[in-house]
Amino acid sequence: MAAICSLYIINKSGGLIYYKDYGSGGRMDTNDSLRVASLWHSMHAISQQLSPTTGCYGIELLEADTFDLHCFQSLTGTKFFVVCEPGTQQMESLLKVIYELYTDYVLKNPFYEMEMPIRCELFDINLSQVVQKDRVVLLGR
Amino acid sequence: MAPADPRSGDAIFANVERVNAELFTLTYGATVRQLLTDLEEVEEVNKQLDQMGYNIGIRLIDEFLAKSNVARCVDFKETAEMIAKVGFKMFLGVTATVTNWDANDTCCSIMLEDNPLVDFVELPDTCQGLYYCNILSGVIRGALEMVSMKTEVTWLRDVLRGDDAYEMQVKLLKQVPEEYPYKDDE
Repeated sequence: MAAICSLYIINKSGGLIYYKDYGSGGRMDTNDSLRVASLWHSMHAISQQLSPTTGCYGIELLEADTFDLHCFQSLTGTKFFVVCEPGTQQMESLLKVIYELYTDYVLKNPFYEMEMPIRCELFDINLSQVVQKDRVVLLGR
Repeated sequence: MAPADPRSGDAIFANVERVNAELFTLTYGATVRQLLTDLEEVEEVNKQLDQMGYNIGIRLIDEFLAKSNVARCVDFKETAEMIAKVGFKMFLGVTATVTNWDANDTCCSIMLEDNPLVDFVELPDTCQGLYYCNILSGVIRGALEMVSMKTEVTWLRDVLRGDDAYEMQVKLLKQVPEEYPYKDDE
């Protein structure tokens, strides 16, 4: 049973540029995943406005009964978020590592068009290695 | 979990894969040479180098942020220091210094002590108007634009053109707010 259910990457305008699901729980079709992405983008933006404290940069963790959602937004506005089983550890560092993989295997690919859906095999390969559950623990570098 | 500590330019530089410096310098030289052949006009080459740098910068900024773990800069002053101390070290292995701030802290100079792009270069008489390192200014402009800072980067001094140092002027034109709504109905 995979601890991570799915991974989303959304560009700065809220478009879903990468979606991958792991394991059987919560599998979604393309339309639903697009909907989740744009919904999250809006909620993330609204949360910044609603926050009673200044200097809030949006929701980082959403805890529900059946899942946790961890979100990381880079300073350039790209959001990475994973949906996982409640209480899964090390998700912040996993998201950081995914961000590094994105800079290495997506942005450095000269044929990748910025802000467009990610179709990079090297990214897929390296990502699946990182996401393998037993390796997540090793990422605290 | 506490965010990871920022890493120094030296530490990142030591950890990334590097290529032979000569290969890098000669590749860049060959690129400029080819642009001169293709575009003929020195002015056009300057523009093209700047555009190429911009295209690099808009992608490279994410690598910079991902690998350096730096936090959001509070002001433009800190941003400039970050570029000089961490950015240049991380990607070119050299350090730069920031000087000549104007009164509003929106315009400064980045001085390069060592410039690996020009190791074997002498500008011929026919290329006197060429800003050989114009790619670097484009990179800075592109990178800053992705973190909502519109800038103008120009070369003030260039050793290849007979000056005594490499000096780039970085001028902050405007800071685009990141907050919603974007006021698109105005």
